[in-house]
Amino acid sequence: MAKTLFEKIWDRHLVRDLPDGTSLLYIDRHLVHEVTSPQAFEGLRLSGRSVRHPELTFSTMDHNVPTDDSRLTIKDPISKAQVEALETNCKDNGIHLYGIGDDHQGIVHVIGPEMGITVPGLTLVCGDSHTSTHGAFGTLAFGIGTSEVEHVLATQTLRQKKPKTFKVEFTGKLQPHVSSKDMVLKLIGIIGTAGGTGSVFEFCGEAVESLTMEARMTICNMAIEGGAKAGLIAPDQTTFDYILAEDRPFAPKGEAWDKALAEWKKLPSDPGAVYDRTLVIDASKIAPQVSWGTSPGMVIDVDAPVPGLNDVPGYSAGDVQKALDYMGLEAGQKLTDSKLDIVFIGSCTNSRIEDLRRAAKVLDGKKKADHLRLMVVPGSQQVRKQAEAEGLDKIFKAAGAEWRWAGCSMCLAMNPDKLSPQERCASTSNRNFEGRQGAGGRTHLVSPEMAAAAAVAGHFVDIRDWNGGN
Amino acid sequence: MEAFTTHRGILAPLDRANVDTDQIIPKQFLKSIARTGFGPSAFFDWRYVLNGDPNPEFELNEARYANRSLLVTRNNFGCGSSREHAVWALAQDGYKVIIAPFRGEGDDYIPGFADIFKNNCSKNGIVTIELAEDVVEQIFQIVYGQEGLEASVDLEKQTLTLHGEEDLSFEFDYDASVKNKLLKGLDDIEESLTYLEDIESFEKTHATWITL
Ligand code: SF4
Repeated sequence: MAKTLFEKIWDRHLVRDLPDGTSLLYIDRHLVHEVTSPQAFEGLRLSGRSVRHPELTFSTMDHNVPTDDSRLTIKDPISKAQVEALETNCKDNGIHLYGIGDDHQGIVHVIGPEMGITVPGLTLVCGDSHTSTHGAFGTLAFGIGTSEVEHVLATQTLRQKKPKTFKVEFTGKLQPHVSSKDMVLKLIGIIGTAGGTGSVFEFCGEAVESLTMEARMTICNMAIEGGAKAGLIAPDQTTFDYILAEDRPFAPKGEAWDKALAEWKKLPSDPGAVYDRTLVIDASKIAPQVSWGTSPGMVIDVDAPVPGLNDVPGYSAGDVQKALDYMGLEAGQKLTDSKLDIVFIGSCTNSRIEDLRRAAKVLDGKKKADHLRLMVVPGSQQVRKQAEAEGLDKIFKAAGAEWRWAGCSMCLAMNPDKLSPQERCASTSNRNFEGRQGAGGRTHLVSPEMAAAAAVAGHFVDIRDWNGGN
Repeated sequence: MEAFTTHRGILAPLDRANVDTDQIIPKQFLKSIARTGFGPSAFFDWRYVLNGDPNPEFELNEARYANRSLLVTRNNFGCGSSREHAVWALAQDGYKVIIAPFRGEGDDYIPGFADIFKNNCSKNGIVTIELAEDVVEQIFQIVYGQEGLEASVDLEKQTLTLHGEEDLSFEFDYDASVKNKLLKGLDDIEESLTYLEDIESFEKTHATWITL
C-alpha cells in the first residue's frame, strides 16, 4: 500500500502497539536543554533508574545564557543553578554536553542539524515545542513535556497515539524577497493556531522543493504554531548535500553513509499515498507577512490594514479587541506607520547563517534608524564564527547593530535580553504571545529581510518595493 | 501519580480563548529546578499587579472563586510552549478539572486543548474535558449566574454535573487509554518498562547508522 513519509518513519520505529490503543515508539535522538530537564533527571534519581542510551542524548544550554560579553558568568543565581544542574546531570549520566563556552554551544534546534545529529528518517524529540524544526530533514521530530523527557531517558521510547497526516502543498514560485517565514505565517493565518492539532504536516510542492535546508527549517520550526505535532519535508538532494557540505561529527560516514543514503532515498511519500487532510496554497501570491496581534495566527500581508473586530476568522471580537489593546494598535491602520523600538534578528526560527546573510544583504552599506535598537543574535557559536569569516559581523556593526553571542536571547526573555513594557519589536522569532519577549512588550513576527529593512526605515516596509533609502 | 476517580468542587470561569502556556506560567518561573512551588505563579501576569498585589480585575481573583478546583475556559487552551511547568502550576494551584469547548467538525475542527498541554495534564492527574461550544457557553452562563456553584466529575461514567438549583449533567468523550491511566494513577515509565524485552529486541535490529 502506498505510504506517506510520516507512515514510513512511524512504522520503522514502532516497537509495538499497546493494549490501551497507544504505541510504543522508539526514539533515535533526544535533545536536552537546561529548562525542561532538571525535574526529569530528578525523577530518574528518585526512582533509581538510569539513562538507557546516553550516547543518543545530546544537550546544550540556550534559554538562560546571556548573549553579551558577560555570557560566561551568569549573574542571575537561579539561572545559574539551572545551568549547573544540567552540567551535573550530563556528567553523572555520561551525556554529550555543549555548554557555555563550548565551541558548539547554541540553540538546541540550530546545533542538532549543524552537528549531523539530525539526519533523515529518525525519530527525534526534545522538551521543547520547536523541536518540529528538525522535520525539515524528513525526520519525525516533536516537542514533549518533562514527564516524557524522563520517559525517554529511562526507556528510549515514548508512548504515542498515532497522529493524522496533513499535506500542505505550496505550488508555484515565491516572489523575490518573500521567504519561507512568510509561507509559514501565511499558512497559520489561514488555518489558525489550532488548525493542525493532532496532525503531522507534510510540506511539499514546487515552492518547498526549491527552498534551501535552512529555509525549510524555518517552516517546520513554526509547524507547532499551527497546532501540529510536527512538520515534515521529504529528504532530497538538497538535504543530502547539506549533510555532506560541512564536517558534521555525528552524521554517518563511509559505509554507514552509503547504507543510510539508500534508506533515505526510500523515505519520500509514495505516489498515491493518502492523507487525512490536504491544503494547497499558491506560493506566488504570498506577500511578506507581519503579525499584528498576540497570536501567530493574527497575521496580515504587510500592505494590508490591521483588521477590524469581526474580520479575523477563528477569533472573537473580544479576543481581537484584547490583542489590539495590548499591541497599541487600531483597526484600519497600516503597520508600516508604527514606529519600532527594537529589531531582533535571532531565535531558532531565523538565526542560521543564511538568515544572517539575507539580513546582511539588506543592511549592507546602510544604517539603522537612530531611534531604535538592532540586535543580531546568531543561533550557535558555529554560526557566529561562520558569519565573522564572511564579514557579516562588520556589516551588522557598521549598520549600528549589536553583534551578540549565541542563545535564545530575546525570543523569550528568560535571560537578560528583554523588551520593556510597550516597546514595539520587529522580531524574527516565532511567538508574539503577550509578554513573550518581556512583560508588556509588543512583538511583530517577520522574516529576517523584513526585520532588517524595518531597522533601516524605522518602521515596517514592503520589502518588495522598498528602495532601500534611509 | 494520584488516581482520579471522582471530584467535586467549585467551578470558576476564565473567559479567554487561546490561553497559551506563557500566560499560564511566565518564563521567569521556568528557572526552578524543583517540581513544586509553582501554584502561586499560575496566570502570574494576569493575577497580580506590578507591586505583587492580586489584580482585582482578573476574574479568578474574585472571592467567590477562592476555593475553585474546576475551571471552564475557551478553545485551544494551553497552546504554545511545551512547558510542563504550566500543568504543574495549575495542579499545584488546586485545579483538578479543566473544561474547554471544541468547535466544528472534520477539517474545521478546533479542539478545546492544545496537544502537548493535554498530554501533560494526563501525566499530572488533571482531567481535560472537551464539550461542544454551545454547552460550554451554557456552563459559563450558569457559573456567572450562581455564586459558589459546585460541579462534579465522574471519570468512570464520563459525566460532568453542575450542582445548580437543579443538577445538570453532561456526558463527555474521553480517550480510553488516558482514562484508564488516570483512574488507576498509573506511572507511564513503570508500565512501559514491562515491555523491556520488546525494546531490547527492537534495538537489535535497528540500523546501526541510527543507533550511533
Ligand atoms: S529560540 Fe525561542 S523558540 Fe527557539 S528554543 Fe529558544 S526560546 Fe524556544
